[in-house]
Amino acid sequence: MKQTALNAVHARLGGKLIEFGGWHMPVQYGPILDEVRCVRTTAGLFDLGHMGRVHVRGKDAVRFLDTICTNWVAKIPVGAIRYSLFCRADGNPIDDLLVYREPENVYLVVNASNTAVDLDWIREHSKGFAVEIDDETDRTGMLALQGQCSTEVLQKLVTDCDLTSIGYYKFGFGTVCGIKNTRISRTGYTGELGYELYLPNSETERVWNAILEVGAAAGVKPIGLGARDVLRLEAGMPLYGHEIDATHNPIEAGLDFGVSFKDEKGDWIGRAALARVKASPTKKLVGIASDGPRIPRQGARLFKGERDIGYVCSGAPSPTLSTNIASAYVPLELAAPGTSIDVDFRGKRQPATVRELPFFSRTRK
Amino acid sequence: MRPTDRKYSKSHEWVKLDGETALVGITDFAVQALSNGNESDLVHCDLPESGRLLAAGESFGEIESVKAVSDLYAPIAGEVLEINSGIEDHLEIVSRDPWGQGWILRLKPERKSLDGLMDAAEYEKYLATLAH
Repeated sequence: MKQTALNAVHARLGGKLIEFGGWHMPVQYGPILDEVRCVRTTAGLFDLGHMGRVHVRGKDAVRFLDTICTNWVAKIPVGAIRYSLFCRADGNPIDDLLVYREPENVYLVVNASNTAVDLDWIREHSKGFAVEIDDETDRTGMLALQGQCSTEVLQKLVTDCDLTSIGYYKFGFGTVCGIKNTRISRTGYTGELGYELYLPNSETERVWNAILEVGAAAGVKPIGLGARDVLRLEAGMPLYGHEIDATHNPIEAGLDFGVSFKDEKGDWIGRAALARVKASPTKKLVGIASDGPRIPRQGARLFKGERDIGYVCSGAPSPTLSTNIASAYVPLELAAPGTSIDVDFRGKRQPATVRELPFFSRTRK
Repeated sequence: MRPTDRKYSKSHEWVKLDGETALVGITDFAVQALSNGNESDLVHCDLPESGRLLAAGESFGEIESVKAVSDLYAPIAGEVLEINSGIEDHLEIVSRDPWGQGWILRLKPERKSLDGLMDAAEYEKYLATLAH
């Protein structure tokens, strides 16, 4: 199992560590739902060292990535970030990612569990392009500070960069705890105002400690992957292996904003297949809320009367909405918010209602 | 050391004879595995109706935490006489006192023998084999 630069810190903070995507990561430091509430009311700090960080450099970087990314990389303004996917020719994703557009180069942040597959895919398709592919994952750290007070807390440690000048899904560079040229992006996986920081391994622990120290009075606490999963589900954000995978395409997942069919982008892997799905989708990813006592979990079957209509992709108790929530693909005719369905728990049915995604977000409606 | 007045199953339930009846609960190990030591991570339990006849090893219900759901198995055969209704909305009781107030079922045992189950020392050794 791989370890982030903060492995010993998590143990010292009382974190419960588990295997996730090949990494030894904290699932929680205290009660998971308390950690969710902490992020929703103040702010929380996450170790994201496990996420894959890949710098694609060279004069063909943008042109190359437009052949494997679903989003239109050339159209992203310098300093901006877009959500994208890597899809196979059948239109189904091998991963989703964030694309940071620099003047010439492009910085990619991918899922931990898919980093090796992504790198193979990127390298395999880069032949003939003047690009250098630099996997920075093992020599860098990544932190996220998420929540309403994150600007106020982080600004105490950042000189020469006014955080309020970084718009949503934009990034800049600033001096963080004296570390010059630190990449700071206004991104996250919680539906809250927040930032993600990219640091050299050797400095990650110092910055982590400094954020907890200056944030203590505001209530900032370390947050594990358990709460992160609840937060992203509340915010309607997909997780590879749940909402999207090798059999679930981004169109039916409602991720159209990350897929460009513009002619100027040129052809890209998966375009033809996804154009066909877009023309005639058969199902839709929706939210599901259930006031019953049971949490709908991944794989639980869904019914409309006696008709089996699909299964749960992700489920969790939501402290923000005070109900159990889930995501699932349902046939288009049953996708309208308010539709009554049942979740099956080994033959026992529990009523549930289709809801619009996201369930909750301060960053988008 | 865990209580020696009862026996333990490999699926981490305990059973204690109490006169003509037997009490069943889950061990501190089961609680820890489900909740990672955070009592408020236990969110729901699903328990059987009184009168139900359980075979030894039969699943009689489920206990659920934020991250996982676990089956509950009858360590011995018997009829369900009573469930501890106090825990249904207060699973923290199971977390705080799994040996006493956090009992789950009262059974009328089919037989008054707990043979085949582990005593506290044997359960301790069994847990050691799971650690690695």
